[in-house]
Amino acid sequence: MTIWPEEAIVRRHGETEFEFDTVDMTVNVGPQHPATHGVFRMLLTVDGEVVVDCEPYIGYLHRGLEKLTENADYRQAMGWWDRTDYLAGLNCEGAWCMAVEKLAGIEVPERAEYIRVIMMELSRINSHFMFFGAFGADVGSFGTSFTYAWRERERIYDLFEEVAGDRMFPTYFRIGGVTMDLPENFEARCRWLLGSIRQGLEDLDGLLTGNEVFVERCRGLSPVTPEQAINWGLTGPLLRATGIPWDIRKVEPYSIYDRLKFEIPVGTQGDVFDRWMVRLAEAYQSTKIIEQCLDEMPKKGLVLNPNLPKTLRIDSGEVYFRTEGTKGEYSVYLMARGGNKPYRAKLRSPSFCNLSALREMVIGNYVADAIIILGSLDIVLGEVDK
Amino acid sequence: MTELQFGEPWFGIPWLDAILRILVVVGVMTFTVIYLTYGERKVVARFQMRLGPMRTGPYGIFQGIADAVKLLVKEDIRPRAADRWVFEFAPYATFIPVFLVLIVLPFARDWGVRNLTLGLFYVFAILGLNIVGILMAGLGSGNKYALLGGVRAAAQMISYEIPLVVSLLAVAMVAGTLDLNAIALNQADRPYVLLQPLAFVIFFTAMLSELHRAPFDIPVAESEIVGGYFVEYSGIRWSMFQLAEYASLWAFSIFGSVVFLGGWAFPKGDDWPWPWQLFLTFVKSLGFILVVMWVRATMPRLRIDQLMNFCWKVLIEVSFALLIVNGIFLYYDWPHELLALVNWAGAIALLGFIGARGARKARVSQYVGLYRREGVTAP
Repeated sequence: MTIWPEEAIVRRHGETEFEFDTVDMTVNVGPQHPATHGVFRMLLTVDGEVVVDCEPYIGYLHRGLEKLTENADYRQAMGWWDRTDYLAGLNCEGAWCMAVEKLAGIEVPERAEYIRVIMMELSRINSHFMFFGAFGADVGSFGTSFTYAWRERERIYDLFEEVAGDRMFPTYFRIGGVTMDLPENFEARCRWLLGSIRQGLEDLDGLLTGNEVFVERCRGLSPVTPEQAINWGLTGPLLRATGIPWDIRKVEPYSIYDRLKFEIPVGTQGDVFDRWMVRLAEAYQSTKIIEQCLDEMPKKGLVLNPNLPKTLRIDSGEVYFRTEGTKGEYSVYLMARGGNKPYRAKLRSPSFCNLSALREMVIGNYVADAIIILGSLDIVLGEVDK
Repeated sequence: MTELQFGEPWFGIPWLDAILRILVVVGVMTFTVIYLTYGERKVVARFQMRLGPMRTGPYGIFQGIADAVKLLVKEDIRPRAADRWVFEFAPYATFIPVFLVLIVLPFARDWGVRNLTLGLFYVFAILGLNIVGILMAGLGSGNKYALLGGVRAAAQMISYEIPLVVSLLAVAMVAGTLDLNAIALNQADRPYVLLQPLAFVIFFTAMLSELHRAPFDIPVAESEIVGGYFVEYSGIRWSMFQLAEYASLWAFSIFGSVVFLGGWAFPKGDDWPWPWQLFLTFVKSLGFILVVMWVRATMPRLRIDQLMNFCWKVLIEVSFALLIVNGIFLYYDWPHELLALVNWAGAIALLGFIGARGARKARVSQYVGLYRREGVTAP
């Protein structure tokens, strides 16, 4: 005898209204998943295709950065900081160096400052290109955006290799300057690279920003108001996409950023589309900054402070040094109590703070949108997990 | 009945003739599918500024064969949570309908397996079966990604079948027959894409959806559900799914080129001998496939609700309107040129509607200096 579903329900629950009970399903996304950009895991509770809950799990890449730093010499520790935001290692080591310099009161030669800014902005562009490529893949453009972005990333890395001998983690900065001077043909190569980067940005802009499907997917998705953004502690492009011109390079200039002319691109809606556009505009601004640095920088001169002590010892003091990382406010807190090691080091990582807003943004959207919202946060797991 | 239109049976024995012809079609299909995978990798690689496979033989031409051998010798894994029979039979249920479609396709005037007077109708009926295997795979795998993929595929394919069938019916009305070979022959002097461009646009869109191709590839969305319904398959069963996917791409392309582009008959197909006809069929179907790959390389993926809205709110309405207009024109016997004109207007309007929605909404320069113009200040 065949049992029809209605009959089965009656047998199980007695005579009730004929309504199927639906059960929410949990879907585990990650830690190995093409859209989680690393080892990040989120447990989605879905009702059909709609996300009703989202539980992020982090820590798969935890390496104990802060504890490691407290057990290392000020100079040795720098290598660990490269590996936090591994898409823009130079910004991280820059933040570390500048924090220590501020704490110890070490001067940096002017040429070194310019070199640092050039390298940091190239890293920022590099990291943004990673976002463009990966986000395009999240939205589903089958890797075309990825390879478009990879061409420029590869060229930037080539330049890094020529300058510092390494591509991803150059460890090029030193406390008090940079390791070595730029190679001979650097300026010409860098200018050529800037042209190439602009071309790459235009290509990506043309491929995705003007695409009907892309616009339909991203516009109006998970809009964030300025108040929400501030309450959640969002920084970086996510905050600027909501319309707040908050960029540490402008509001609290470090290094030589106060001498450079650039704009803070801001959005209006705070939605996924604005985040994309703000990052595109930022990459253009970075090319402008690099151009100015190339024009203005002293052609000759020291690149490392010659009066550095053999072992850097800092008696006591503390410093909180804020920089504009690629993902947001990347700040270093340092406390010294004598000796050649920091007593306490703390990283305020932008990805971690931005990621904490994921749950609020994702709930109520479709599964497919949850993926691209996560992509639009542009997290890097080395920085989230420290 | 014109059960056997493709010339006299080989060796005068109908059943032997049928078996031999099927063997030829299967052989050609396998070869084509192997080279379609290679071709897709090469074509997409060019779109992405890469070289694609280069190592296996000159320009990597043996890559498809190497992949096939690798897939055949790989371990066939069945997850413990899977429903055994459903899981193991799903690839066959996906593959067999695609193969059955190939039986009625006319590759040349005298070359196909069998020609049916209701060929077009047969194709609709068989293509509807395709969904069973995919749903089986989705439900039987015991995997939530597969379940999501299977259910998405079911919803999508059932929806898009309606505009697909209706647009083909519009052509069948103009042709006055459901016989695929006769439809091809009717186009000896002008293909139906010139008469019925709107039907072609609808057919092509729905075809992309039925094939799970971008921008309608949500059942296999790589970045969301990691392959969808075949996520748990490996080895030979996985390759059955791939075979079915590419075989259906090929079958659809030949089918589309027969119905809309004149198949073997346009131009000069009826006058010149069979090699020219075969050449026409293959060139047209490869053109179809190239456009599908082109779209895949450049378009992002739609969301499930947008996909459904597009089907139910746009395509179905337009296709039924097309059917009605065709009916009126044919009933009153108004000239075909006027019908073509109306159709062109419709096609341009539909594409314009899509294009206007996709018009660039923002430029990067708008985002620079915005806070100055609107007086936003730092908090």
